[in-house]
Amino acid sequence: MTHQMTPPPALGCRTAPVLKQRGQREVFCGLTGIIWLHRKIQDAFFLVVGSRTCAHLLQSAAGVMIFAEPRFGTAILEETDLAGLNDAHTELDRTVAQLLERRPDIRQLFLVGSCPSEVIKLDLNRAAERLTQLYAPKVRVLDYSGSGIETTFTQGEDACLAAMVPVLPETQERELLVVGALPDVVEDQMLALLAGLGIGPVRVLPARTIDREMGVGPNTVFALTQPFLGDTHAALVRRGATFIAAPFPFGEEGTTAWLAAIAAEFGVSDATFTQVTEAPRRRARQAIAQAAAPLNSKSVFFFPDSQLEIPLARFLTRECGMTALEVGSPYIHDALHGPDLDLLPAGPQISEGQDVDLQLDRCRAARPDLTVCGLGLANPLEAEGLSTKWAIELVFTPVHFYEQAGDLASLFARPLRRKSILGAATGLREAAE
Amino acid sequence: MKLTVWTYEGPPHVGAMRVATGMTGLHYVLHAPQGDTYADLLFTMIERRGHRPPVTYTTFQARDLGSDTAGLFKAACQDAVDRFQPEAIIVGASCTAELIQDDPGGLAETMGLGIPVIALELPSYQRKENFGADETFYQIVKALAKPMEKTERITCNILGPTALGFRHRDDIQEITNLLFELGIGVNVTAPMTASPTDIANMGRAHFNVLLYPETGEQAARHCEKAFGQPYTKVVPIGTGATHDFIAEIRALSGSMAKIDTDRLRQTWWSRSVDSTYLTGKRVFIFGDGTHVKAAARIARDEMGFEVAGIGCYNREMARDVRAIAKDYGLTALITDDYLEVERAIEELQPEMILGTQMERHIGKRLGIPCAVISAPVHVQDFPARYSPQMGFEGANVIFDTWIHPLVMGLEEHLLHMFRDDFEFNDEAGASHHGGHAPKPAQTKIEIAPVAVEAAQGGNVIWLASAEKELKKIPFFVRGKARRNTETYAVEKGLGEISLDTLYEAKAHYAR
Repeated sequence: MTHQMTPPPALGCRTAPVLKQRGQREVFCGLTGIIWLHRKIQDAFFLVVGSRTCAHLLQSAAGVMIFAEPRFGTAILEETDLAGLNDAHTELDRTVAQLLERRPDIRQLFLVGSCPSEVIKLDLNRAAERLTQLYAPKVRVLDYSGSGIETTFTQGEDACLAAMVPVLPETQERELLVVGALPDVVEDQMLALLAGLGIGPVRVLPARTIDREMGVGPNTVFALTQPFLGDTHAALVRRGATFIAAPFPFGEEGTTAWLAAIAAEFGVSDATFTQVTEAPRRRARQAIAQAAAPLNSKSVFFFPDSQLEIPLARFLTRECGMTALEVGSPYIHDALHGPDLDLLPAGPQISEGQDVDLQLDRCRAARPDLTVCGLGLANPLEAEGLSTKWAIELVFTPVHFYEQAGDLASLFARPLRRKSILGAATGLREAAE
Repeated sequence: MKLTVWTYEGPPHVGAMRVATGMTGLHYVLHAPQGDTYADLLFTMIERRGHRPPVTYTTFQARDLGSDTAGLFKAACQDAVDRFQPEAIIVGASCTAELIQDDPGGLAETMGLGIPVIALELPSYQRKENFGADETFYQIVKALAKPMEKTERITCNILGPTALGFRHRDDIQEITNLLFELGIGVNVTAPMTASPTDIANMGRAHFNVLLYPETGEQAARHCEKAFGQPYTKVVPIGTGATHDFIAEIRALSGSMAKIDTDRLRQTWWSRSVDSTYLTGKRVFIFGDGTHVKAAARIARDEMGFEVAGIGCYNREMARDVRAIAKDYGLTALITDDYLEVERAIEELQPEMILGTQMERHIGKRLGIPCAVISAPVHVQDFPARYSPQMGFEGANVIFDTWIHPLVMGLEEHLLHMFRDDFEFNDEAGASHHGGHAPKPAQTKIEIAPVAVEAAQGGNVIWLASAEKELKKIPFFVRGKARRNTETYAVEKGLGEISLDTLYEAKAHYAR
């Protein structure tokens, strides 16, 4: 199909050498995903089996405490659990009983493994099976790992969704399954676009409630809306589903390419595609043009955080006129990230994993106009005079698809706009001490 | 296993980070998995620090567990020393590393790093953040400070302030100035602002000022024993406590210098006619033990409030807080379960909460104003302006902070008089707070009688007329009115609450 797309660069980044370093990683663990998953799946409760550190992380990472009775909690392991004085499984059963009594509205319970629970080899899978038998059919109990020794930040969502795939019912229907937790408003926009293209039925994983869950089988085709769903991808392929590889739906180009790949799979005519996408494409281009002015000809440096880095670098370079200096990602999966790497013009250093001190040295040497990094690094870099964009905001804000393309550009443009409005402060470093 | 939703304190290694981050020239090598770096953002975001905490995380992963995590620790330790060139390092384990038992202290000591290595044993599955800070500071002092000749003029050390402390930044300044007025120099302020070299010189002071027992008491006790330095027992939060503190300093130092109290406005502010609306307001106090003890005294003796409930989340302070509670005719609530605190507040229906950020949210939910008096901290607890809690300026700041959430003087009366005004009513909240646009008046009046499970087990029914009248009572006293009336009805053995019962109860509880 030809949809007046910008042609891909002569040389992309798919075959570029990848810098792999090993050292301190300045990233969250997978437990952090609970912060958005517990709002997305409305009848689920996430019970972390872990330490006080896990509980502290969850309340600190959210930045704000969601006091409206959050649908997550931590079963904190105590000395007696570790010394073998208590049987951990009996304790867990007791804790779950206490929880389900207080929250009778819960239909799905996720037991979430942590670093300590994994080191002591607490078998949450066995616990989940036992508890499912105990509470079925009212409550389904699943388990996954959000531990720092197994998962990096957004991999927590991946592990959660991957845990749901094996229990989805079998179906022979030809259905489109769209995978990835999106803000409700964005999900609705996406469903409207797909409906406009005449594609259906469309199912979404994760479903908002257990009653809206879908089947999966050999005639299922699926697309991902998030670039960090490697394990979920593998789990769906194991169930016989077919993956539609595409760039991720960020920006006008990414959204169009993503929709086009699905449209091709479902044999949507060029005319229909143009008719459905023309107006939102024009709006998106307009919004980006307005929002991205401060980004034009500026350089950007990505620290690894959410695995959104490669698609976002593609968006910033091809749609906002930026130059990428380094694009770091915690993990790179060719099957998922390849289409975006094809479009990303050669030039930037692609890096996987992290030794944060060495990467900071590179960043300081490169002096990028904008650095995309985690919350632990942002203020220290700002104090050194480097403008930053907190990476976590990209996961917490509606940024996918056409109508958010301008907002996405604005997120990156705001730090640069602020810098031009406020100017460089004198004695900034002292004030920040 | 303990089911927890929110916690008042982090794990003990976060306490150690607060000590390390407050200091200079010290580095913390923490054996920890990926993800524990979240703690950096507490300092860079909440406290807005312009540098990373001086912490190196070994970042082990699952695949390392079977192989050489000890080697990983040693490599990270060597890299940190080479890169940051600290004067000394502290080494320890986070909760996960504690389980794999690599003994970071033993490993680091064998490395021949050429600088002092201070090993920390912080039991993650038993203790919490304040203990971690207190223990870390104590170990640092024990390792580095040595007996020394005292300074010629009288000096003291200030002990306890840490990074991420509740107003520690400004308290240090206020108390340093106060000591200066008394003619006493500050030898070392620690852990915040001190380097390992400074710690080594702590023995030169004549006595110690312990500002935060939660994070400095073990070190203060050690210095008393090892260097013969007595330490202060009064924490100067509030006007009365500040006067007592000055008296204590005079006794320790022999200083006769006069103190200028012109800046102290709190005493007149709470005696001015406007402040009669504060008199007898029922407050619930909760936070860390030190701030709770101080707040109880201020509330009763300096503001004229009635302390309706009191408690703390750190068990280390339970004995002190229980003693105060007894003095106030109350039973202290000692718990780190915020749901339990919420239940206590709901039950007591105070007119105001003096608590932490957690109680602020509880207050928001229950419609009870709250002023924050203690950690756990929030970005709002690091204001740009000078805002100490201690000394005379601290007393002024506390007065302002505490009355801010309240509906003030005449406004309270106006709300009583014209309850149904469409834009100036309950739902609108206090007029000096934003974000309370009046909602459209509700036309539907609930008339269904409401059954209440009374404390004694009997059922009390609110008749429609009484329920309607109750709704006319302003929001900030409605909870108390409801509770008093129900208690009254149960005491009188009444099965239902009529308009008369409501007013009988009002007369009964009139003060």
